[in-house]
Amino acid sequence: MSTVFLALQTNEETRPIIEAILQDNPSAVVDEQPAMVKINADGRLVVRRQTIEELTGRDYDLQELQVNMITMSGNLDQTDDEITLFWKA
Amino acid sequence: MDMTVAKKKLGLKERYAVMTRGLDWTPSYQKMEDIYPYIAYEGIKIHDWDKWEDPFRLTMDAYWKYQAEKERKLYSVLDAFTQNNGHLNVTDARYLNTVKLFLSGISPLEYVAHRGFAHAGRQFPGPGPRVACLMQSLDEIRHAQTQVHAVSNYNKYYNGMHDFHHAHDRVWFLSVPKSFFDDAITAGPFEFMVSIGFSFEYVLTNLLFVPFVSGAAYNGDMAAMTFGFSAQSDEARHMTLGLEVIKFILEQDPDNVPIVQRWIDKWTWRGYRVLTLVAMMMDYMLPKRTMSWKESWEIYFEENGGALFKDLARYGIKMPQCAEQIALEKDHLSHQAWSTFYNYAAAANFHTWMPDEDEMEWLSAKYPNSFDKLYRPRYEFWREQAAKGNRFYNKTLPMLCQTCQIPMIFTEPGDPTKICYREVDYKGDKYHFCSDHCKAIFEHEPEKYVQAWLPVHQIYQGNCFPEGTDPTVEGFDPLAAVLKYYNLEHGRDNLDFDVSEDKKNFAEWRGQATKNI
Repeated sequence: MSTVFLALQTNEETRPIIEAILQDNPSAVVDEQPAMVKINADGRLVVRRQTIEELTGRDYDLQELQVNMITMSGNLDQTDDEITLFWKA
Repeated sequence: MDMTVAKKKLGLKERYAVMTRGLDWTPSYQKMEDIYPYIAYEGIKIHDWDKWEDPFRLTMDAYWKYQAEKERKLYSVLDAFTQNNGHLNVTDARYLNTVKLFLSGISPLEYVAHRGFAHAGRQFPGPGPRVACLMQSLDEIRHAQTQVHAVSNYNKYYNGMHDFHHAHDRVWFLSVPKSFFDDAITAGPFEFMVSIGFSFEYVLTNLLFVPFVSGAAYNGDMAAMTFGFSAQSDEARHMTLGLEVIKFILEQDPDNVPIVQRWIDKWTWRGYRVLTLVAMMMDYMLPKRTMSWKESWEIYFEENGGALFKDLARYGIKMPQCAEQIALEKDHLSHQAWSTFYNYAAAANFHTWMPDEDEMEWLSAKYPNSFDKLYRPRYEFWREQAAKGNRFYNKTLPMLCQTCQIPMIFTEPGDPTKICYREVDYKGDKYHFCSDHCKAIFEHEPEKYVQAWLPVHQIYQGNCFPEGTDPTVEGFDPLAAVLKYYNLEHGRDNLDFDVSEDKKNFAEWRGQATKNI
């Protein structure tokens, strides 16, 4: 399966989000670059609202991620609860 | 007691439907083809516009909210930057030439992208792509403005940035990025979406923004890093738009597949040629390197683009053929480009230099198959000549490729010792090309590319001198007249970094910042 990735700015807002992504995606690997964290995963990567809320102790709207996103790879689908990146082949 | 139950807010999907398709209507007294006149002539067949959906499901109300947040973050950083003399924190003043290249080569394209997406969005009968294009159009003008604001803090202290837009429309090498975008916005709305939305944003943008922004971060440039990230945060949405548009077109009708494939082939190559400037920036212009051009091509195109084209194979779309030639060029591209700029440093709006010993070592480690054999000896010779007082600035004009407008500097695929020339006779004139791919693009649309405004031809025709110039007077210096036309000052804005005012001023100011004088 091809790699999907999501790259986020390195800052206080993204720290718990990255932690949540690592909890929810066993194949996720973190690649820390200057001022940027790139998370690679095998074929599929899910960002779950509930996990972020548990880690931060506040309500979280997944659209907030718009502010800190740098780049990504893969097809995308976003709902109230999840952002999914995936390849079909 | 009755409890007042707050009415449940709409979910993301419902909100998206209400705020996009829900705002659309079917015209009753005007014909669709009169309202959307450009939608049919490219041959793309769309049967159901409602099948297009933005996977982020972003609506305008949310868009304003998050964009405002980005602006607040950006401008507070820019304030801190100026309050702390941020310009003195960059690794070394050579870095500033990267900023000059970006401001005159890329920022004006953001503005053209703004116009392009406004135009394309207006032409689409579907509300989904129309709203997404509106957002991207607004993003692009935001990028143009924030980049100009951020870089204006450097313009207060350093040379070559004073009239970037004037330069963009005139300076010889800037016709490369300019003509690329002009080519895209003069295409039909579907081709524009495939060219910029898909080929540039999805396939190639990571090669432009990620190295540039991490380059800024590595080199202590807080201003460029921040506007870069702020722009980049919109980029993920642009990439998604590009990918969704292409999947949508391909799913609508099998007849669309060959048309789209031709566009992908064309625009991947066109975009790659523009990235020559980025390749050179990564390997030569960043005092502290992030990764080599070759490494970045391997990660972002070969690996990531490979995954993308594998995914698109189910529609019958193939990896563009030009990828094979690009793979052969990756050991040579940046070196051939930097050699050219070193030659023509008298006619550019930034400074050049020869890599020092450490940098040569880095280059030979990153390019073991090509650097020591082909490029290091050339540089050592030039460095030696410069030390003897024989620094040679080339003042004759190069032949340009009719399609990409880059001087004919590239070598034959597979033979880096031989310059690649191709030509075509068309209606009694001869046209020159740097490659088979640029030649094929011309041959498919000759009437478009014969109109190219080639800077070298224009200079020879006398169209690039200030008004009232008489080129027949004795002792006429064409380069001096061209620099005046560019609004560049000889000896201040051009030539080598070592003899520049930038170098001298930066050293003095940094000295003042650390000593009590």
